[in-house]
Amino acid sequence: MSQITLKSNATTRVTTTRSYDNLNRLRSIRSSASVSPVASFNYIDRDANQPLRVDLADGSFWIYEYGGRVSSRKRWSEVFFGIRILTSFRISQCALTMVLWLTFFLLVGCSRSEPKADLVIINGAEPGTLDPALVTVQADSRIVRALFEGLTRLDPKTANAIPGLAQRWEISPDGINYTFYLRTNAVWSTGEPITAADVVYSWRRVLDPITGSEYAGQLFFIKNAEDFSSGKIKDPAQVGVKAIDARTLQVELVSPTPFFVDLCAFQTLAVVPRQTIEKFGDRWLMATPLPTSGAYTLEFWHLLDKIRVRKNPRHWDAANIQNNLVDFLPSESAMTAMNLYQAGQADILWDKNLIPADLMDVLGQRPDCHRYNYLGTFFMRFNILKKPFDDVRVRKALAMTIDRKRIVERITRSGEEPATHFVPGGMSIYTSPPGYGYDPETARKLLAEAGFPNGKNFPPFQYLFKAGETDKQIAVELQAMWREQLGIPMEIRQAESKVYYTSLHDMDYDVGRSSWIGDYNDPNTFLDMFMSNNGNNYTGWKNAKYDELVREGNRQMDPKKREKILQQAETLLIHDDLPITPIYFYAGVLFYRTNEVEGIHYNLLDEHPIFAIKKLKRKT
Amino acid sequence: MFPVLLIVSSIGFVLIRSMPGGPFDSERKPASAEIERNLKAKFHLDEPLWKQYLRYLGVTGDASGLIRGDLGPSLKYRNHTVNDILKQCLPVSMTLGAMSFCFAMFTGIPLGCYMALRRGQWGDHLGGFIAMLSFCVPNIVIAPLLILWLAVKLHLLPVALWGSPSQMILPTIVLGLYFSGRIARLMREGLSTTLHSEFVTTARAKGVSETAILWKHAFRLGILPVVSYSGPLLADLLTGSFVVENIFQIPGIGVFFINSIFNRDHTMTVGLVLVYAALLLILNMLVDLSYSLLDRRVRYE
Amino acid sequence: MSSGSSTLSAERISAARSSPNQRAWRRFLRSKPVIISGIFLLVLLTLVFLWPLISTYKPDATTDAQFKPPTSTHWFGTDVHGRDLLSRTFYGARISLLVGAVGAMVSLLIGVTWGAVAGYVGGRTDNAMMRAVDILYALPSIIFVIVLKSAFEKDLKTFLGHHFSIITASYASMVFLFIGLGAVSWLTMARIVRGQVLSLRSRNFVEASKALGASHTRILFKHILPNIYGIIIVYLTLTVPAIILYESFLSYLGLGVQPPQASWGSLIAEGTQQINSIRIYWWLIVFPGAMLATTLLALNFLGDGLRDAFDPRSDSRK
Repeated sequence: MSQITLKSNATTRVTTTRSYDNLNRLRSIRSSASVSPVASFNYIDRDANQPLRVDLADGSFWIYEYGGRVSSRKRWSEVFFGIRILTSFRISQCALTMVLWLTFFLLVGCSRSEPKADLVIINGAEPGTLDPALVTVQADSRIVRALFEGLTRLDPKTANAIPGLAQRWEISPDGINYTFYLRTNAVWSTGEPITAADVVYSWRRVLDPITGSEYAGQLFFIKNAEDFSSGKIKDPAQVGVKAIDARTLQVELVSPTPFFVDLCAFQTLAVVPRQTIEKFGDRWLMATPLPTSGAYTLEFWHLLDKIRVRKNPRHWDAANIQNNLVDFLPSESAMTAMNLYQAGQADILWDKNLIPADLMDVLGQRPDCHRYNYLGTFFMRFNILKKPFDDVRVRKALAMTIDRKRIVERITRSGEEPATHFVPGGMSIYTSPPGYGYDPETARKLLAEAGFPNGKNFPPFQYLFKAGETDKQIAVELQAMWREQLGIPMEIRQAESKVYYTSLHDMDYDVGRSSWIGDYNDPNTFLDMFMSNNGNNYTGWKNAKYDELVREGNRQMDPKKREKILQQAETLLIHDDLPITPIYFYAGVLFYRTNEVEGIHYNLLDEHPIFAIKKLKRKT
Repeated sequence: MFPVLLIVSSIGFVLIRSMPGGPFDSERKPASAEIERNLKAKFHLDEPLWKQYLRYLGVTGDASGLIRGDLGPSLKYRNHTVNDILKQCLPVSMTLGAMSFCFAMFTGIPLGCYMALRRGQWGDHLGGFIAMLSFCVPNIVIAPLLILWLAVKLHLLPVALWGSPSQMILPTIVLGLYFSGRIARLMREGLSTTLHSEFVTTARAKGVSETAILWKHAFRLGILPVVSYSGPLLADLLTGSFVVENIFQIPGIGVFFINSIFNRDHTMTVGLVLVYAALLLILNMLVDLSYSLLDRRVRYE
Repeated sequence: MSSGSSTLSAERISAARSSPNQRAWRRFLRSKPVIISGIFLLVLLTLVFLWPLISTYKPDATTDAQFKPPTSTHWFGTDVHGRDLLSRTFYGARISLLVGAVGAMVSLLIGVTWGAVAGYVGGRTDNAMMRAVDILYALPSIIFVIVLKSAFEKDLKTFLGHHFSIITASYASMVFLFIGLGAVSWLTMARIVRGQVLSLRSRNFVEASKALGASHTRILFKHILPNIYGIIIVYLTLTVPAIILYESFLSYLGLGVQPPQASWGSLIAEGTQQINSIRIYWWLIVFPGAMLATTLLALNFLGDGLRDAFDPRSDSRK
C-alpha cells in the first residue's frame, strides 16, 4: 500500500492510494480530489494483462497498464481550445494563432508511445466487424480466428481441421450424431472455463435471425437449424445442439456431412462470450476486459489505424503461440501497402486486393514473393432468363471465345490458372471434369446455329462488374474478344459495389462478373451454390437433376463414389447447361522475407493461423 | 444555423436512402430471408422514410437520436457507433486539415503578394506558373511522386502511417499544395486590384510610405477574396481528404466520408454531412465577421 | 518633348475614337502569351475533333503490343491492352474539355448571378440565398452523382439507344457526371462574387449612380460586375482545372466515364499506378499529365489576358 498526496499552498489537492498484492503487483489505484477540476476515479486490476482506460469528465483519458505505468492522452478538449483561439481571429494575431496551432498539433502527434509489436501484418481494408457471427470478409476473418476459436481449428500447415477447444470427438456410424469433448483446460482469457453451454449459446446466436448472421448457412447442416433460422421454429432448444454436461456437447445433423468437422473450424462457429455480449450489445467487442476463446486477446482497435492483439496466456495451447504482440494494419491502397512493406514497416503483406497486378511480372521473381493455389474461382454468370442467354448455344459461344490465357498472362499476372471447370484443382478428394477452352471456330458455328451468324442481329447486352482496376481491364478484354471473334456488341457496365450486388441479386443483368472463395476444403462449398433453392444462385438456372446429384453426393459416405456423383453434377454445370463459365482460379500471393518470418505455410484455404507465425531476429 | 442543419440532414437522409442497394447487400445473400428481414428491422430500415427520419432525429423512438447528440449506430462498422468513429477519427483529420491550411496560407499568401507587387514582370509569370502547376497536378499524382522521391529513394521521411511529426510532413504538403496555388492566385488578384485603386493613389500622393501602404491599407482589402475562399476551404480540409488519407493510410474521417456512401452506411454519411455542414456554417460566419473587420465599409443590417 | 510622349498621345487619340470593347480586344490580341495559348488551343480543338479521321488506331482496339514504350508507330506508347495511348489521349480530351466547359459555364451563369444578386440585394434575401448555397455545399456532390447515375442511367440509356444510336447511349453516363459536377462548381463562385459585391455596393461610385436614379439592373451590370471581372475570370481559371481534376477523382473511385471510354482524368488515374518504386511505365502518366497541364496553362494565360483587357481600371493603369 502506498499513498501519494499532492499539495499546493498547504491544501491537499489529490490523494492517490495504490495497493499491491504479495507479489508486489499493482492491484488498485484510488484517487480522490478535494478540489476541482481534478476528477476522482478508481481503478481495480482485473488480473488480465490489458490496459484499463479511465475517461475523465473533460474528455481526456488515462490508461493504466500492468506494473503501474500510467499514460494519458488529451484529445478533444485541446481541439475545442484551438477553435476558441480561432474565434478570436484578428489579422495581427492570425500568424501567431497559426504557429500555436502548429505547435499544439505537433505536440499531440508526439504524445503517442506504444511498444513495438513482434509481428506487423498488412491485412486489407478496415474490418467492418470482428464479431465471428457477422464477419464475412476473409481478411477480417483472419483477425477473428486469432481471437476466437471453435471446437476445431486449422492446422497451420495443411489447413485441415485439428482439435481446438474440443479435445476429441466421436461420430456415430450413420454419420448423423457427433459428440464433442471439450478440453479441461479450455478457458476464457479472463479465466472462466469454456463450457459446452457456451458453444450451444454461440451457435444458437448465429442461427437466431435477430443476430442477422449472413453466414448462418454454415450451420444449416445441423438438425432444425435452417427452420429456426428462417423463423419456422421459434424454440431454440429444438436445434440439434445440446450440452450434455459442462464438457460434453452433442450435435445432431440433418444428414451425414463428411466436412462437418472442417466446418467447426470456420469462424462463424467460433465460441463467443455470452455475458459480455448480453451486457454490451453490438459494441461488445469494445468491452474491457473482452473474454476471448482464441490464442489472442484484443489489446486495442484503433479504427483505420491499427488492431493490436496480445498473446492469451490462458489459452490451452499458449506454449505454442509464437509471438506476443501482433499488429494488423488496415490498408486500402496497394501502393501504400507495398511501400510500407518495402520500408520494413510491416513483416507480412497478405491481402489479394493489395497486390499490384501490373507489377507482378517483376515482383513475382523476388524471393519474398510467395505464390500458391487456393480455393477461389473467378467466373461469369449468365442471366438465363434473358434473351438471347436462354439459349445454351449462345452461352457456349461466349464461353468459347474467352481467351483465358491472355487474361491471366496480361491482366491478372499473379500466376493464376486459366479455368475451364468450376471447382479449383488441388483437393485430394475431388478432381473436376473438363469444360470448354478457347475455340472461336466452334463458337462462331454455335452462334450461327442460334440464329446470329457473324453476330448479326445480336442484341446489345451489358457485362456487369464491380468498379475496380483489374475487373475493368478484364471487361475491356472481354469486350474486344467478343467483338472481334463473334461480332457481337457488348457494353461495359461498371457499377459501384452495392449497385453491383443488388443488380446481381435482382437478376438485373445480362452477363455478370462473379467470384467465389471456398469456405472449407470440399467441393460442396462450390457446387451447392447452384442448386435451385440456393440464395446465391442468381442465374435463373434450375435443374432438378443437378440438385439431386449434389444431394446424393453429400449423402454418399464412400469418397470414390461421392467424387463420381459430384463430377456428374459439375459436368451439368460447366459443360452441358453452362449457366456460368469459369475464367480463372485465383492465386494466393503473400509477401514476407523468408529470413525474417517463418511458420507460414501454403494451403488451399489461404489460411495462415497467426499463432504459428514467428518473427526471426534480423541477422545483420 | 439549426434550421439549415435540419434541412441538410433531411435532404441528405432522403438522397442517401434513394441510392440503390442497402448496407447489407454483399456478394452472398444472408442465409435466410428471415435473417435479412430481421437485419433490416433491427436498424428500422423497414419503416417508411419519414418515420425513420423522425427516429433519427430522436423525436420518436427510444432515448437516442440527433437531438440528444447521438448519431446512431454505424451500419457498416457494426461494433461502433457513429459517435465512436467521429471521436476517434475526426481529431486526426482536423489536425491534418489545420496543418495543411496553415501550409497553404503560409506559402500561398506570400507568393500571391510577391506576384502582385511584381505584376506583369518576370517574377509574376514565374510565380503564376508555379501556382498553376500546384493546382493542375492532381494529388493522386503528386502524393505518389513525393513518396517515391522523398520517402522511398531518399529515406528522408516515412512512407505512410500517422502519429509522429515526421509522418505528418508529407500529407500536409500534399494536401496543402493544391490550395496554396489557388490562394496565391486569389491573393495576387485581390492585392493587385487594391494596389491600383484610388485610395492607394491618394495615400501615395499624401506621402505614405510604400510599406505602410502595402501592410496598413492594401493588404487588408487585398486578402478579402482569400478570406472568402478560406471558409469552405477550411471546412473541406478539417473534415478530411479521401485521397490523402487513403494514400498515406491516415486514420481520419475522410476515408469514412467516401466509403460510407459506397457502403450505404446511411447513419454514418448523414452524421458526417452534418459535421461538415456545421463546420461550414460556423466558418462562413467567421468569414463574414472578418469581412466587416477587414473592410470597414461592409456593414450588416 | 521626347518621342515617347508623342506615341502616347497618338494612342490616346486612337483610343478616343474606338469603343471600350474594341480597345479591350485590341489589348487582348496584343499580348504574346495570349496569342501562343490561343493558337495552341485552336490546334488542340481541331485535332480533337478531326482525330477520328486522321488516326490509324481506334482508341478501344486491343492488340498484342502491351506496354510498348513510345516508338515511331505509337508516339505515346501503348497501355495494358495494347491500345494506342496517343489516340486515347485525344479521345479523352473531348470529355475532359467538355467537362471543363460545362463546369465553367455553370459557375459563370448561375454562380455569378446568384452571388451578385445576393450581395447586391442584401438583408434577408442575401441570408436566404447564402444558406441555400451552404446547404448545397454541405451535401457531397458524389452522392448526387451516384444517385443520378444509379437511378436514371438505365432509363436514359434505353431512351438514347431507342431514339438515337448505341454510340449516343454510351455517353449517357456522362450526362450525370456533368450534372453532378455542375451542381458543385458554381457554389464557391457565388460566395466569392457575393463577397465582392457586398464590398463594392457601398462605394462612392455606386452611391453616386443610385443618387442619379440608375436602375438596380444597370448599377449591377454596368457598375458593379465590371469591377469584379478580374476575380471572376481568375476564379474561372481555377474552376476549370478543379472540375477536370474532380472528374479524375471520380474516375479514381470508379464513378467517372465508363470504360472503354477515356478522359484525361481517367487516364491520369490509371497512370498513377505507374508511380512506384518497382517499375515505371512512365509514358502512361507523363503524356496524359503533360497534355492536361499544357492545356490548363494555356487556358490560364488566356484568362489572364482576358482579365487584363476587360478590367475597367486597366485604361488608367497603362
